[in-house]
Formats: sequence, C-alpha cells, structure tokens
Amino acid sequence: MSDVYVVGTDMIKFGRFPNRSIAEMGGEAAQMALDDCGLSIADMQALYCGNLFEASGGVGQRVLREIGQTGIPVVNVANACATGATAIREGWMAIKAGVYDVVLCVGVEQMGSGLLGGAGGRDGIPTEGLLGSGTMPSVFAHVGLEHTRKYGTTFEQFAKVSVKNHHHSTLNAKAMYQKETPLEEVMGAEMISYPNTKLMCSVNVDGSAAAVLCSEKKAKELGLMGRAVKIRASALASDPYTTHNMAMMDFNAVTRLAAKTAYEMAGLGPDDIDLIELHDCFATAEIVHYENLGLCKDGEAGRMIDSGETQLGGRVPVNVSGGLLSKGHPLGATGIANIYEVTTHLRGEAGSRQVAGAKIGLTHVVGAGSACAVHILEKA
Amino acid sequence: MSAAADVAGLKPAVSFLKTAENGAPYLAGSKCKKCGEVFVGTRDTCAKCFTRGQMDHIHLADTGRLYNFTVVHRNFPGVPVPFISVIVDLDGGGTLKGNLLDVEPDPAKIKFDMPVKVVYRNAGRKDKEGNGYFAYFFTPANKN
Repeated sequence: MSDVYVVGTDMIKFGRFPNRSIAEMGGEAAQMALDDCGLSIADMQALYCGNLFEASGGVGQRVLREIGQTGIPVVNVANACATGATAIREGWMAIKAGVYDVVLCVGVEQMGSGLLGGAGGRDGIPTEGLLGSGTMPSVFAHVGLEHTRKYGTTFEQFAKVSVKNHHHSTLNAKAMYQKETPLEEVMGAEMISYPNTKLMCSVNVDGSAAAVLCSEKKAKELGLMGRAVKIRASALASDPYTTHNMAMMDFNAVTRLAAKTAYEMAGLGPDDIDLIELHDCFATAEIVHYENLGLCKDGEAGRMIDSGETQLGGRVPVNVSGGLLSKGHPLGATGIANIYEVTTHLRGEAGSRQVAGAKIGLTHVVGAGSACAVHILEKA
Repeated sequence: MSAAADVAGLKPAVSFLKTAENGAPYLAGSKCKKCGEVFVGTRDTCAKCFTRGQMDHIHLADTGRLYNFTVVHRNFPGVPVPFISVIVDLDGGGTLKGNLLDVEPDPAKIKFDMPVKVVYRNAGRKDKEGNGYFAYFFTPANKN
C-alpha cells in the first residue's frame, strides 16, 4: 500500500460570514489548497467533503459547482465534530486502497451563534433543564468535573487552558480572535456551566479548510515531495461501552482507543510528538485529553497546564493555532484546519508561532455521539 | 400525598419513566442475565457484552449517589437558571442524568458521592395539546 501525503493545504480566516454560502466558502478553501501545491481541480480524482449542519444537501457537489464540475465522485461526510477529519480519512483510505492517486478533501461549516446541544425529543415536552442539561457547555462541564472528582483539578487549572490558547491565537492571523485573555478575565467571564465560563467555550464561527492528498508515486511524479507531509497514521473510533456513557458522554475512552490505534499504526509513542492540535471545544476538554493522548500520566494534567509544558516553547506545545477556543470551531472544517496547522509547522512555515524543529505532529478531534479521529503527520 | 397521587393524570416526560398498576411511578431498567450490567430503560440487547434476548426488565432503585454535577447558569431562552445538572449512580446499577433539587446552586454546596433519592413530580411543562407531564428529580437523601 502506498504512503499517503498531504501535498497542498490551506484554510480561510475563520469568522462570521452570514452572507456567504457554504459552497462559496468551501470552494475558496479548496482553491487555496490547490494553489498551495500548484494543482488544478482537473487533477483531482475524487472529493471528500465534510459538513454537518447541511449534511443532506449535497455540499460537495455544490462546492464543485463553484470551482469546476469535473464529474469526479463526491462523498459527503458527516460525523459530528470529527466530520472534517473523517473526510481526510476517507481520502487517505481511497489512496491506500489504490483506487486513486490524488484527491481533494474539504471541510466547511456555517455555524451562526449560540448554544449547541440540549436534551429534548420530537414528541412530548423539551427535557433540557428538566432532566439535567445536555448543552455542550454542560456536557463538557461534566467531563471536567469528573476529572476534578478523580484528581482534584481546579477551576483555575481549567481556566489556564483558555489563557494559553487565546495567547497562541495572537500569533495566528487566521484565528477568529487575536486577543490576550488574562486569568482573571477568563475566570471572571460569564459562567455558562460551571466550571466553563464564556471564555472557556469554543467560538462558533464560519469557516472552511481543505487538503490535497496524494500517493507517494504521484507526488514524486508531480515533483511535490519537497513540501509534502506524510500521514503516518489515521485512526477513527466510536465510543466503546462504559457504564457512565449511558448518562454522560464519555470522550475519554473513545479518544484513548483512537490514540492507541494511531500510535500503533505509526509505530510511535506520545514522546515522539513535537506538537498537537487537540479538541479543546471547552477548556475542560483539553485537560482530559492530555491524559487520553498519553502526554502525561493519569492525574497529571493539572500539573501539566500549571508547568507550561503545553504552551509554545514548552515540552509539547498544544493548540498553538489558538485552538477551538480562540481560532474557532466550524464543526465540519475543524478537523482539516488541524491538518493545515500541523502541516504548516512540519513545513517550517508557521512564522511567529512556529514550533522549532517540529518533525512529527498529531491532530485529534472528538465529537458527541461519539466519534474520535487521530492523525499523526511527519515531515517527508 | 403519595407518589402516585403526585403524578396522577400526568404523562411521563421520558419513555423509561413508567407507572405501576397502583399508579406509583418508577424508573424502568434492564439487567443483563449474562454480564449483570444494568441499563436505564427497556432493551433487549446488552451494549456491554452484546448478548441478545437475555435482559430482565426491572425497576431501578429510587436511591443512589451523586457521581458528577455542573451548575448551569446559561441555557436556552425559557429554561429557568440556575439549576444543577447531576449524574447519579443508582443503588443496584443504572446511571442517570437529572436535576438536583433542594440544594443551593453553588459548587461548594454539592458533594461528590452524596446520597440522593429519586422523587417524581409535575414537570411544570405542557405539550402542544395541553397535556401535563411528570418527571424524575433528585433530592439529597438525609442518611445518617
């Protein structure tokens, strides 16, 4: 089976674009990724398009109407917050299988603003606020306080994640925000679901990102190996059974399963990773994923954020893009934006936020339902 | 008033809330004969050990312990805040999310593993046809 490479990738600056269509935004990112490797839509053999909120609406086909209807197969992908990463994985698999040599992956989402989630059925009465809370801030508050229950992790430690990621985003012009948020401001912001304040919730933004994937043979033929980044591992998992999962979504077991699969596929371990883009949909989530991805032992994540090991310049920088907390979280685009970020560092092209000497990076997304994708990338 | 009287004439807010022949409300559960795992709601296949057709349909306990919580301050329009959303491990098995009543919505006042009991009350919400509903809630159990 051929190795698979990211040869072109880019993302639009995330923001609020209520007057743009998702087809137009997806098309723009697609053309940027094509330009990044000097290829044309006519060179693409298939399109894998990730979008969640209009999943039944032929989004990939609409993207092609914007940038060129070449007649290639389109696969529309919806898989919670792992949507974009699943589109990448579908493309990766097709090349691994030898079906195609070069494919385009696009992720795009238009979010609007406001709370996501909430419990309630189609019939009867809404149960949100009656039988507990199913909003995403509440779901991830439960995730954080389970860590508090086990290890005594504090509100302040969770808040430090937000301080760090907002700081990182001041170095990323493509992030929604470029604004420092000191600890007092994060902890003093409006409480949404304890311990997540408003500044500890990811930003709902509109956005798109794209990547061109290529087989080794084709990348060599096209002279694209110079800036190519190898996909060392692509892993996807659904939530394995755990008792509490029935009442409280378990993002830990599913992440551990996907991470284990990815490390085994790559023949690498957590100590080999130079930078990570992980799913900080809420500040509480980043803390638990340090342990889920094996960056530290169980119970040490609070210490890890305190010691600064995960900030730019630290032992293993996490979310130097600003993360979902400050770069923003357009669901279907997020997984591909992570691929863009890590690829940019491995190419040494990340400017003022460059992780020095980065050779291997990891991306992680996990969505409610649950779906978790982990990719490990290496400079070719 | 009895629990049966509290919910008389009301519909259950969720499918696993049921009423016995005497009108008393209870939480319906399932227990796998093979692996012993207990689930909220009626089901025929075990999600844990995958065994089919070996489920005992049971009444879940009305007591348990608080596994996890959050205090919700911002919610959708029309939902009264603040309220406490908790995850409770029921005695004898089954884990459930719900609202904790009769405790101040202050994280310092809420204790992991505190004993709670299940109560059944009018949900205070009606559907489009005007039907009333009952729901389950948790309150602190004053165990000594």
